[in-house]
Amino acid sequence: MSYKGIIARYAEVPGGIIEAFHAVEKEFSFLPEEAIAEAARVFKVPAAEAYGVASFYSMFSTETRGKNIIRLCESAPCHIAGAAEVVAALEKELGIRMGESTNDGLFALEFTECVGQCQATPVITINSKPYLDVTPDIIPNILAEYK
Amino acid sequence: MINVTIDGIKTSVPEGSTILKAAESIGVKIPTLCNHPDQAVKGNCRVCVCEVEGSRLLSAACVMPVWEGMAVKTRTPKVVEARKTILELILSNHPQDCLNCIRNQNCELQTLAEEYFIRDNPFSQKTRGMAKDYSTPALFRDPDKCILCRRCVEACSVVQSVNALGLDQRGHHAMVVPTMGWDLIDSPCVMCGQCIHACPVGAIGEVEEIDRLLAAIADPDTVVVTQIAPAVRVAIGEEVGLATGDMPMDVFAAGLRQIGFDYVLHTNFTADLTILEEGNELLKRLQEGGTLPMFTSCSPGWINFCETFYPDLLDNLSTCKSPQQMFGALAKTYWAEKSNIDPAKIYSVSIMPCTAKKYECSRPEMNDSGFRDVDLVLTTREIGRLFRMSGIDFDKLAGSHFDSWMGAYTGAAVIFGASGGVMEAALRTVYEVVTGQTLENVNFEVTRGIQGIKEAEVDLNGTVVKVAIANGLSNARQLMDEVRAGTSPYHFIEIMACPGGCIGGGGQPITKSNAKRVERINQIYVEDEACEIRKSHENPEVKAIYEEFLHEPLGHQSHHLLHTHYTAKNKKVL
Repeated sequence: MSYKGIIARYAEVPGGIIEAFHAVEKEFSFLPEEAIAEAARVFKVPAAEAYGVASFYSMFSTETRGKNIIRLCESAPCHIAGAAEVVAALEKELGIRMGESTNDGLFALEFTECVGQCQATPVITINSKPYLDVTPDIIPNILAEYK
Repeated sequence: MINVTIDGIKTSVPEGSTILKAAESIGVKIPTLCNHPDQAVKGNCRVCVCEVEGSRLLSAACVMPVWEGMAVKTRTPKVVEARKTILELILSNHPQDCLNCIRNQNCELQTLAEEYFIRDNPFSQKTRGMAKDYSTPALFRDPDKCILCRRCVEACSVVQSVNALGLDQRGHHAMVVPTMGWDLIDSPCVMCGQCIHACPVGAIGEVEEIDRLLAAIADPDTVVVTQIAPAVRVAIGEEVGLATGDMPMDVFAAGLRQIGFDYVLHTNFTADLTILEEGNELLKRLQEGGTLPMFTSCSPGWINFCETFYPDLLDNLSTCKSPQQMFGALAKTYWAEKSNIDPAKIYSVSIMPCTAKKYECSRPEMNDSGFRDVDLVLTTREIGRLFRMSGIDFDKLAGSHFDSWMGAYTGAAVIFGASGGVMEAALRTVYEVVTGQTLENVNFEVTRGIQGIKEAEVDLNGTVVKVAIANGLSNARQLMDEVRAGTSPYHFIEIMACPGGCIGGGGQPITKSNAKRVERINQIYVEDEACEIRKSHENPEVKAIYEEFLHEPLGHQSHHLLHTHYTAKNKKVL
């Protein structure tokens, strides 16, 4: 579906610009400039303000990024449980650094704050689905689900 | 009323007053950075913190409302220490190149750093290393200097409704950026420069072109000719240590000759000429059923705004060029011929209260003289720098006359500098042209003042003409929306982009409040009153140019040299 169609679905929702952005991200995995401009028109706010909303929230990205967004918790409990090794394993497996996306457009690698699963650290999420007690050796299997 | 004690001084202030307002009312000065007297409270810099009796934490004076019996201390060691730390933190990521900064000695942060004797900053210096934006011919941005007060954002959005500036990201990563984080030229920016006045530091400024003037003056084959806009004189004194309005026009002219201008002429001359052209254009539109309401076209920030946001209303704009561009087209034709000077050798410099004029003179269509009509625009601030650099003592300088053919002007031209002035000047002439009677009282008080929207009705031989005046683009927007909706009752609308009109233009001495704009407006009318001739059509040099060169308003020559057309900007986003 085009971004125009997606945004139009939220036109009547009060404050719907954030929901519209989520829906666009679900489809495109980031917010293209054209989509921000379109949302500004639909929700009758200046483009500078729509861009401010898009760049304010860390879940939104105004830069292109991979389709499957892997987020790794950088809070203390995961850190103590060995998040650094998980970072290293993800970076090695995907051939990119944190904050980057793979060339094939399949994966993006980001840090996130605590996702509330501290009983089973370290935690990663892929497209908001949590994976618990992650160790470097299970990473290839997890990623295989998305290839 | 609420009873409060500030630094031991008892006072009572209206309910809802902040500590800052209460302190101001008794002369207790609390430092501020993000606070602006004409804007909403921001409360983000925290430099105004004070101790409130009974509170564990310090309170920001700009946001904290007073309550009955409140006791505030604004100068305790705890307060001073906190303010110093806040300043040190701001300075730790603010470039330390004050000597090279456009706001050196006119910077709110620099002033506070001096007042709070910041010496050895314990925080390590780390700036972001962001690129400067020189994408427009009028304004530059230096985002590294930004202290995130957001005053420019409010000037651009609330005051001007242009919304070219916004926030990018948040917290430690937050930045003020043009739309989408693009260069300023790609945003809807109209180059009015109100963001410059709002900025407490040097994060936004005018594109300086003093060196180009000095090069022209140094070239013996170049004839440097200048024009001075009506609003400049009332403010130029502020740049050289005089009070608002205190620089006499003849002394100003003498100062320009000291700098090295070969001929000193006046935009006021073409302001008078504008009245003849625009007044007749209005009458023609009224008589022949042309597009109404007609909008004035003197303010290039407003022209940019109309071309950007109301391209469907471009036919409503008067086709008259601004006085600056009329002057430019005539200087290299009529004036060159009268003065027997080769127009190819003329370097035409205009001195303007305006940043958008720098863009206007670079518009590709502004070359009807066969040359670029205006070669260079310098702001009031840039001329102030030149005067200071040249060390001119204005108390001792003898006055000088303006040069002939395009140097004479009337009080009607003088008032072009203030909101309502173009309208009043037009009414003085149109009334006499239509009724054939002499206007005894030339003062149309109702058109004057800083109020955002003003309206008036004038009876011209039984025809009632309704006029409106707006200053500041958010006020213009209200009138434009009415016109677009087909509900506008007016025949003629004057718009000036900047609050208060040109006296508050983006190129004027840094203007910290609307109170200063009001002061300048008052001086404009003092100057008008002092003029012997106060109606544009009585200007002897204007009469001469019609007799010898233009022949009639809206005639063939006028059409060629003094009128123009407008084009939709088609910005990618608004």
